[in-house]
Amino acid sequence: MSGSPGSAIVLQNVTLAYDGRPAIHHLTGEFSRGSLTAIAGPNGAGKSTLMKGMAGLLRPADGLIQHTGLGGGGIAYLAQHAEIERGFPISVIQTVLLGHWRRIGWAGPVNRELREEAHRALDSVGLAGFARRPIGSLSAGQFQRVLFARLIVQDAELILLDEPLAAVDWRTSEDLLRLIVNWHREGRTVAAVLHDLDQARAYFPDTLLLAREPVAWGPTREVLIPQNLRRARHMSESWSGEGENQRPVPGPWRAGLAGYPEPLPAPSLTVPRSRGGEG
Amino acid sequence: MTLYDLAFGPFAEFGFMRRALVGCLALALGCGPIGTFLVIRRMSLMGDALSHAVLPGAALGFILGGLSLPAMSLGGVGAGLVVALLSGLVTRLTPLREDASFAAFYLISLALGVLLVSLHGSNVDLLHLLFGSILAIDDAALVLVGAVASVSLLSLAVIYRPLVVECFDPGFLRAVGGRGGLVHTGFLALVVLNLVAGFQALGTLMAVGLMMLPAAAARFWVRELWTLSVASSALAFASGFFGLVLSYHLGLPSGPSIVLVAGLAYLASVLCGPRDSMRALYFRSR
Repeated sequence: MSGSPGSAIVLQNVTLAYDGRPAIHHLTGEFSRGSLTAIAGPNGAGKSTLMKGMAGLLRPADGLIQHTGLGGGGIAYLAQHAEIERGFPISVIQTVLLGHWRRIGWAGPVNRELREEAHRALDSVGLAGFARRPIGSLSAGQFQRVLFARLIVQDAELILLDEPLAAVDWRTSEDLLRLIVNWHREGRTVAAVLHDLDQARAYFPDTLLLAREPVAWGPTREVLIPQNLRRARHMSESWSGEGENQRPVPGPWRAGLAGYPEPLPAPSLTVPRSRGGEG
Repeated sequence: MTLYDLAFGPFAEFGFMRRALVGCLALALGCGPIGTFLVIRRMSLMGDALSHAVLPGAALGFILGGLSLPAMSLGGVGAGLVVALLSGLVTRLTPLREDASFAAFYLISLALGVLLVSLHGSNVDLLHLLFGSILAIDDAALVLVGAVASVSLLSLAVIYRPLVVECFDPGFLRAVGGRGGLVHTGFLALVVLNLVAGFQALGTLMAVGLMMLPAAAARFWVRELWTLSVASSALAFASGFFGLVLSYHLGLPSGPSIVLVAGLAYLASVLCGPRDSMRALYFRSR
């Protein structure tokens, strides 16, 4: 069954592996064109892996991920921050201009029209006048706005955001959420990994609740109910083998954190003294 | 003896000094941008390791063809590329990270090279390979160094944008299908090329000195990427010039003199450069 013309991404029984272990399995469903979906779940639920799979960076170990009718804009994907070199000597406007990659590629020239588009994108994220600043001088919130400006320039039909609001101040959060809603109004298909369920309830019509397999997928008010959240948390506890012995923790996702496997103790640098005998 | 005589006399008088200077210019033009990218990509030590890795290739070329430039250069490039590719393979397929796998291969390579030379050559030859002989640079070597500089600059112009993005945001490059792996390999090839051009003049031990020291020093003068490259090239050439002058008047070997002058420039930059140097920090905290 290939997707109907009303769908942007179709997933059929998808299993995605990370580090050799299945991070998601048996995921079937579709993101309809123009939908705005929040992707939520406990830590380790495979949300980032799902994003990478949908962006085409990870091939499914099983099943099929199909994109339909993406047009010239392609897919715009915003990863979690880990790999970006924050101190790199590059300016804000140069970063935003990278959004034109599909039009300029390795060595294509940047004409005035493309440059003006980039400046307009900067204005719309509230960073007018920041064009020449080196990115190292920006705060976390400002830098995130720059990345959103780059997404705007990419002008993609499908926008995938992996934790776009992590480590960002409240004001920037609100501004960026408004941008996301705007994309939705423009008819683009948007999916974003979110940790704040209130934001999901306030801004996102649809939600996919994930705990390595789909818990619920549909309208947000039907998905983010206590029953589903409890079920997701319960499923996440089984990942680390801990069960009822856990002390109750407030909030639906803290359990996910507590259920995360303990890191190995650091190797000692000195030979431990033996208890009895010579020291 | 005026300052003019001291500084320019040797070059006016002797052809070999002029050739050495031109060689330094060509080297500086290639090494400047490459060294800048190495520093920015935190590959400085890998550049050092690569320079040692070219030794057995050069040694093999030397054994098979004597002190022949094409033979040693070809061998050097081959060895450098093999080490780069093998360690890349090990990094990709095993849990061992790039620094450890590189270290392992370059050490094997270096030992192999020293072994080869000591078995088949005299100690003098080993010294030449390790420490270089810029004053013996002939026209053929000049052509090689010039060609390498030209190829490097042209290639960098083509891969500049993806190279920048690959350093800055490799995830983005992957997402837009920019072939980051190809760019990385291409960059490594350019590094090896410039190292081989450099070892004629400075020897395999210190060829990387003209790449790293000016690039590290330039950081304390300018900030933008392309100005860093220009500053690195300028500092590299200045080191070449003053190193040659110094070695001429004091009778010192020229390779180490050049690198030491570059080192002095680096120390001066760390201590009193205009941007973020010790002096700048001291005044900022007052």
